[in-house]
Amino acid sequence: MSIPKNWRLRQQRYRLVGEVCEKCGAKIFPPRDLCPQCEVPAKTPFVFSGRGEVYSYSTVYNPPRAFEEFAPYTVALVRLEEGPMVTAQLTDVDAGQVSIGMPVEMVTRKIHADGEDGVIVYGYKFRPAVAPVA
Amino acid sequence: MRDVAIIGIGQTQIREHWDTGLRQLALQAVQVAMADANVTQADALYVGNMLSGTLADQEHLGALVADSAGLRGVEAFKVEAACASGAAALRMGTMAVASGMANVVVVVGVEKMTDALASDITTATALATDGDYEAAQGLPLVAVHALLMRRYMHEYGYSHQDFAPFAVNAHRNGKNNPHAMFRFPVTAEQFAKAQMVCDPINLLDSSAACDGAAAVVLASADAARVLSPAPIRIAGSAVGTDTLAVHDRRDPLVLDAAVLSARRAYGQAGVGPQDVDLFELHDACGIMAALSLEAAGFADKGQGLRLALEGEIGIEGCVPVATMGGLKARGHPVGATGIYQAVEVVQQLRGLAGANQVPDARIGMAQSIGGSGATVITHILQRMDS
Amino acid sequence: MADSDVGLLKPDREVGIVGYGAYVPRYRLPAVEVDRMWAGGQGGTPVKEKSVPGLDEDVVTMSIEAARNALARAGGVDPRRVRAVWVGSESHPYAVKPTSTIVAEAIGATPYTQAGDWEFACKAGTEAFQAAIGFVGSGMAHYAFAIGMDTAQARPGDALEYTASAGGAAYLLGPAEEALAVLEGSFSYVTDTPDFWRRAYQRYPSHGGRFTGQPAYFKHITAAAQGLMERLGTTPADYAHAVFHQPNVKFPQTVAKQLGFAPAQIQVGLLANEIGNIYAGSSLIGLTAILDVAAPGERVLLTSYGSGAGSDALSLRVTEAVLERRQRAPLTRDYIARRVEIDYATYVRFTRKLKV
Repeated sequence: MSIPKNWRLRQQRYRLVGEVCEKCGAKIFPPRDLCPQCEVPAKTPFVFSGRGEVYSYSTVYNPPRAFEEFAPYTVALVRLEEGPMVTAQLTDVDAGQVSIGMPVEMVTRKIHADGEDGVIVYGYKFRPAVAPVA
Repeated sequence: MRDVAIIGIGQTQIREHWDTGLRQLALQAVQVAMADANVTQADALYVGNMLSGTLADQEHLGALVADSAGLRGVEAFKVEAACASGAAALRMGTMAVASGMANVVVVVGVEKMTDALASDITTATALATDGDYEAAQGLPLVAVHALLMRRYMHEYGYSHQDFAPFAVNAHRNGKNNPHAMFRFPVTAEQFAKAQMVCDPINLLDSSAACDGAAAVVLASADAARVLSPAPIRIAGSAVGTDTLAVHDRRDPLVLDAAVLSARRAYGQAGVGPQDVDLFELHDACGIMAALSLEAAGFADKGQGLRLALEGEIGIEGCVPVATMGGLKARGHPVGATGIYQAVEVVQQLRGLAGANQVPDARIGMAQSIGGSGATVITHILQRMDS
Repeated sequence: MADSDVGLLKPDREVGIVGYGAYVPRYRLPAVEVDRMWAGGQGGTPVKEKSVPGLDEDVVTMSIEAARNALARAGGVDPRRVRAVWVGSESHPYAVKPTSTIVAEAIGATPYTQAGDWEFACKAGTEAFQAAIGFVGSGMAHYAFAIGMDTAQARPGDALEYTASAGGAAYLLGPAEEALAVLEGSFSYVTDTPDFWRRAYQRYPSHGGRFTGQPAYFKHITAAAQGLMERLGTTPADYAHAVFHQPNVKFPQTVAKQLGFAPAQIQVGLLANEIGNIYAGSSLIGLTAILDVAAPGERVLLTSYGSGAGSDALSLRVTEAVLERRQRAPLTRDYIARRVEIDYATYVRFTRKLKV
């Protein structure tokens, strides 16, 4: 696992920092410096709320190498309330309790560790809200 | 620009080739194809492969395969487009001949997956997804397909069992293909009970790791009429791309790259879906087959699965698919698959498909999909006497 | 120098809690499961159940959530004005590389911030709290975070396995004018007392059995709490709520009684029966539960205890601001109510006790 690569992406991964297009207002995640709607440069940071809903989901029974210790786990496509869609694991929810349209919120969790002595990679996952907040 | 034709085909059986390494597999396929084409030399060699660096400790396949196959010195390089690598190599070969820059071209697709352990193979095929935003979250490639399948079921009201016909059809045809990896039938009941891989995709709805190589020899159509008793014209050869990650797609349930690729190929060939006699589509799993049928214009959005349910995908149906077993039963040695598809269309158009023969096949379509649909490459082949 | 010359700890600038946040993971191991596994059902249970972290949780992830809850309560704080993020724990994921830097990055407090980790067994969080009081009170920082969080580990079959659990709380300290609870003063009592320890490279801690009681827990809490109240001129009757380090249910009940507090005063903050001993977060999460319900004007006494050993005592007065801010994040009770029972085998997998 690449230390520089994970380090470079940490703000996106820990906090859902993306971009907003100054021209058309589109919110962009992950940041790509170019607006996918109007194709002008877009570099203004925008922090997403983390709220979204489940567009689709699947439980993984045959994980890739780095994720073996966590299997089985559920992954999902989550439509963020600001527009973009992300791919992420779901957490703090039983596989049988997930449904399309379910509202979820972002939490920062361990994604994987590089063995017992390597760097721990943290990033975004989504879970049902703990409690409705005023 | 001149017309291009296929004048020779060759393929190895698809299985776990414990006794055969990558370069030998490629050599076998190339030898058979060149013999079939009745040529002993070529101007160029393009090698379609996705995972040699990761699973076989080898890049630089162009030079390696050229030398191994008795073509030392010719123009040669590896072509990669994830699971569509074989088709991408065929595209390169087509362009080389069409442009006049080469007269006889060998295209070989080869993949050697089974020297590696299962979880390394799972990790490797995830290279076809978005590394930073899909694979990095713990998704194997099958999980991305599974996300599409579940959404498709949700939007159009299908059940899991509705996907069984693709597996049943593929295995029925694979039984009659001596080169196929799996030559046993599969029933709908077995499909219902198969173990989940990434749900709702199960073991009978996904492709197993395997090894294989397939090759074609290309020449200009004019030369082909002289060189070959049954030349097959490449009437359409086109590529479309899309966002790498499913979450960036305009509509995750429409393979825009396949729509583009098919439309461009139809345009070149001057045909439409109604003219296509068989469709070797990329049936890595039932959902990709359903979406491919829709993108290529054989069914409306959300109705691709209905074609399978109504029995239209069999040899006698209106759009036969996986006629020699498809990715499901013939097998999916990832980077080689695109060439296997082309070889099978040629067999059909030459009338050599045996028990799986589509009656009076004149126009066949082969389509390869990279990853979850980010690269789609379509070839339309046509009998030259039609 | 006489003991009476030792002054109250109080900065020249008044400071207080501007935001607070709790975190408890959702899994619970009933104590009867430990009893079933190791004592044939004859062992008795010092708590009803304890919280267990999920496979993807650790002190970093839990601290991030608690800190985000605190920022949500504070409302409109630019995280770049937080000049210290200090996490106290005895289960930091790295022995070298601070938890605090990752938490600071995740809440947007980097790069102009302090971010070293703290360790003092179960009082690592309040040790950080004392330092944060000084950092803000001196005027060096407008805001500072003090976090106590643990994923406590106990040797399989040991008495502590019934109670060693996971969770904690985060406190954003700032000027008293912005606080939902103002700090009246603090006082600490520390000695070299080896009641409970873990040597470097050892997986599980060791302890001195009954030595952890009177000479350790009771002596230090009593000295700190009494020392604070004497210097403030307060008595137990002045406090609506009190919370003590809660390694189980009996110890805090006993020390409260010895100090002169009634059971009703410690009831809100006494959570050990439902979540176990969350170590560096133990008294701090009792405080979040209190702040979730306390009325403006009420006084709260907190006294932590960390083995090794020492206690930090804090006296706080709740302000009007608490009424509006407490609803901006999940309450302590919301986390406690979020529970999924697991068995001993699942617990062993989640806490990675299996040697593979």
